[in-house]
Amino acid sequence: MKFLKYILPAIFTLVFVSCSDDDNDIDTIDEVQDLLKVQEISNEKHTIEIYTETGKLVQGYNNLTIRIKDKSTQAFIENATITWKPMMHMTEMAHSCPKSDLVKVSGMQTVYNGFIIFQMAENQMEKWDLTFNYTINGIAYEAVDFIGVPASTKKTVTSVTGIDGVKYVLALIEPKNPAVKINDITIGLFKMENMMSFPVVENFKINLDPRMPSMGNHSSPNNQDLVYNAVTKLYDGKLSLTMTGYWKLNLMLRNQSNEILKGEAVTETNEASTLFLELEF
Amino acid sequence: MRRKFEIGFLVLLLFTAIISAQEKIQDTAKIVQLREVIVVNRESLNNKNQVKPLASIDEYLEKSNKITMIKRGNYAWEPAINNMVSDRISVTIDGMQIFGACTDKMDPITSYVDVSNLSEVHVKSGQQGAENGSTIGGGIDLKLQKGSFNKEVLNVGFDTGYETNGNAKIVSAELNFSNSNYFVNADAIYRKSDNYTAGGNMEIKFSQYEKYNISTVAGAKISKNGVIVGAIIFDNATNIGYPALTMDVSSAKALITSVSYQYQNKNSQISEWETKLYMNTITHVMDDTKRPDVPIHMDMPGWSDTYGFYSKMKVEKDKHSLLFNTNAYYNKALAEMTMYPSDPNENLMFMLTWPDVRTFYSGFYGEDDYKLNKNSNLKMTARIGFQNESIANDFGLNSLQIFYPNLDKNQQRFLMSISSQYQYQKNKFQFSGSVGYGERAPSVTEAYGFYLFNSFDNYDYIGNPYLNNEKSLEFNAAVNYTSKKFNLGVEGSYFYISEYIIGKLNPNYDRMTIGADGVKVYTALDNATIFTANFSSEYSISDAIRLDGLIGYSLGKGNDNDNLPLISPLNYRLMLRYKNNLFDAEFGMSGAEKQYNYSSVYGEDATNAYTVVNANASYAFYKGENKIFVKTGVENIFDRYYSTFADWKNIPRMGRNIFINVSFVIK
Repeated sequence: MKFLKYILPAIFTLVFVSCSDDDNDIDTIDEVQDLLKVQEISNEKHTIEIYTETGKLVQGYNNLTIRIKDKSTQAFIENATITWKPMMHMTEMAHSCPKSDLVKVSGMQTVYNGFIIFQMAENQMEKWDLTFNYTINGIAYEAVDFIGVPASTKKTVTSVTGIDGVKYVLALIEPKNPAVKINDITIGLFKMENMMSFPVVENFKINLDPRMPSMGNHSSPNNQDLVYNAVTKLYDGKLSLTMTGYWKLNLMLRNQSNEILKGEAVTETNEASTLFLELEF
Repeated sequence: MRRKFEIGFLVLLLFTAIISAQEKIQDTAKIVQLREVIVVNRESLNNKNQVKPLASIDEYLEKSNKITMIKRGNYAWEPAINNMVSDRISVTIDGMQIFGACTDKMDPITSYVDVSNLSEVHVKSGQQGAENGSTIGGGIDLKLQKGSFNKEVLNVGFDTGYETNGNAKIVSAELNFSNSNYFVNADAIYRKSDNYTAGGNMEIKFSQYEKYNISTVAGAKISKNGVIVGAIIFDNATNIGYPALTMDVSSAKALITSVSYQYQNKNSQISEWETKLYMNTITHVMDDTKRPDVPIHMDMPGWSDTYGFYSKMKVEKDKHSLLFNTNAYYNKALAEMTMYPSDPNENLMFMLTWPDVRTFYSGFYGEDDYKLNKNSNLKMTARIGFQNESIANDFGLNSLQIFYPNLDKNQQRFLMSISSQYQYQKNKFQFSGSVGYGERAPSVTEAYGFYLFNSFDNYDYIGNPYLNNEKSLEFNAAVNYTSKKFNLGVEGSYFYISEYIIGKLNPNYDRMTIGADGVKVYTALDNATIFTANFSSEYSISDAIRLDGLIGYSLGKGNDNDNLPLISPLNYRLMLRYKNNLFDAEFGMSGAEKQYNYSSVYGEDATNAYTVVNANASYAFYKGENKIFVKTGVENIFDRYYSTFADWKNIPRMGRNIFINVSFVIK
């Protein structure tokens, strides 16, 4: 038994090596089956493959999966420690955006996962790039390249300044596939500490009032305001959508003392909140 | 359109070729009270028909003492018995269940048949009308015209009609054939009307309609006592305006088919046994493309398909006349709503207003008419039914779960009704009294409707799947006096309805429809009472001249002492009739008192009193066996501008109308 345990990887390696001699493209493990490749970022030693569900990056919330390929062996690295740094290079300045850590997906060998929220889109003069800093077996590497972040047609992310003078970023994470039903809604809430740091804001509250401006701005019943989820570090609530079409999610951001930092209630005279997100399906 | 017509016609021809038969003419004149027979059949053209021969079925029904017609325009009026509408009454075609496909009640069943199809309409009050299905208010059964094997008949009939108001044109043709082994009745009718004008020459926009209806009923005698009868009706209405509503109907189509086997043996205990299989399908397309100023354009198509059977047996045993009816049906009701945003780049707004509800009902009805002695009899009826409702569409289920998160897709209901009626007849007096108990399940709209706008009270309505069955306890009494010169009758009915289903405002819900005042959810009033009474009289002044009068009174209250909606105020009819051999003339007036007991909560106001005056005359010309029958008249002679309690949003009724109907019967 013990013998097998040691000998098996050796056999696999043999098979792998011999195979790869014949055909360089064969991967031992495919852990990106349901994902589409967005692009690759390379340095001399490695190629970093970036995947999302759609094969695209968007303005707003992006769930990214990456893996690192050793250019010489064509093998995927399983023991890297990675950090990432998205940067927006504006004409006047540069800044980063809210993001999670990039961590190895549990139960998987070769893939690392995290999210980035691009609060603005690229334009002709201003582009995003993405830097990976990673160490493998104690050796540090870096890879960087421009990435394409086109504008979203609907507002799925917004940065606003609260009455407390703090700049907040809110991004719609769920529902990814909205339907006529009570949807789970998840919003990420971050504050902009400085150009580089966007930590999660904890224990605030977000009031939700979905409306259909094209249909006399009617609302829907049985929505639930979003509250902080300490496990996911995101805000969860319930969103009722009574029909397909364009919905404006009017929001009010409240701090721990329940003060409204941003946003207004929708009334007969006030058609929309200044803090809102959008979805259409 | 044309293609559809051709297909319909082909199917009809095919059906005619395949099927044929016999059937005995139903004896319907036994009971005077609680049941009313409206003769539609044009065989009896110059008889006591009160209506013009080519009147719509709605106009025929309106003449009934028990029926009032709710109007949303000039077409497809909704019948009410004892002031109770569609959901509370059972409307069947020859015992067949059929359900409208419109979420806004723009297509009552009576709109899918025409006078050309029918011989009679049986109207029964309360639980007496439960033979074909569960009911609270009563039952209407529309009897199809069928030939008989008793006599050899071959005749062709043509009818044409014209009405000045609305420039309405009507043509119809029929062919009747029967011999000892086969019969065929085939007919077609076409109607078209422009906008009508109310009194004072006020044009009512969007009140036009056009329709045709073709049908064939055929029978064949396949053994000494056995008969097979097949029937097919295709009804197609287009461009129907509903001036009282915000939407019109571009197309309303129904295909109604059945095949039945009948056993008849006068000498056996089982005197009659009929088993019928049927299927009908309705497609109803509501839209507002012709309305100029709508906040948002929308389409609201609906579909309703019903498959069913019944097996009805009549047994005569000693003093008992028994009737058993086992029936089952499966109905599929689906309706959609698509709204078109003014920004063409925006996605369409779509919802299911009926979430594809599948209703499976099976029930059993039994009736025993027991002759106590030569003056009196006792009739007992009972119906039990089991109903399963299922939401077949996940989109629809999810939609309703917004309101009812734990809603299950299936639900079962058990329904029962029971009644007994005592009748006594001696010399010139006739008395009848009855007591009954009945239940009904909520309708698809009441249980599963999703944001259905009611233009009457200006609220969106949400169904409530957790509603209990509505239950009714009813009492009825009638006295008749008949002499050579006089015929007097008084009848009263009282309904105590518990868990009365009605919409209640829920201030927590936001309206969907632009301009609506809010959302009402169907809930149950603890109880409601409805009382109706009428007094009728006929006085024969001479052999030729007769004076008929009728006064009706109704009252409906909820347990909060609020008035119920759509309850008739005091109304009356008076008619002077002259009949001399082939000539017939009538002069009549009808009207109502001001509606004091209106329901403001449901958008009603006090409808003013009115009286309208009508006159008509008819003459039958004979040439050998052939006959030409001409009837002409003026309705609303004084061009009165008026509306009744039953007119949706007080839409005014037709002003002066001169009509002429000419019928040819060629034998």
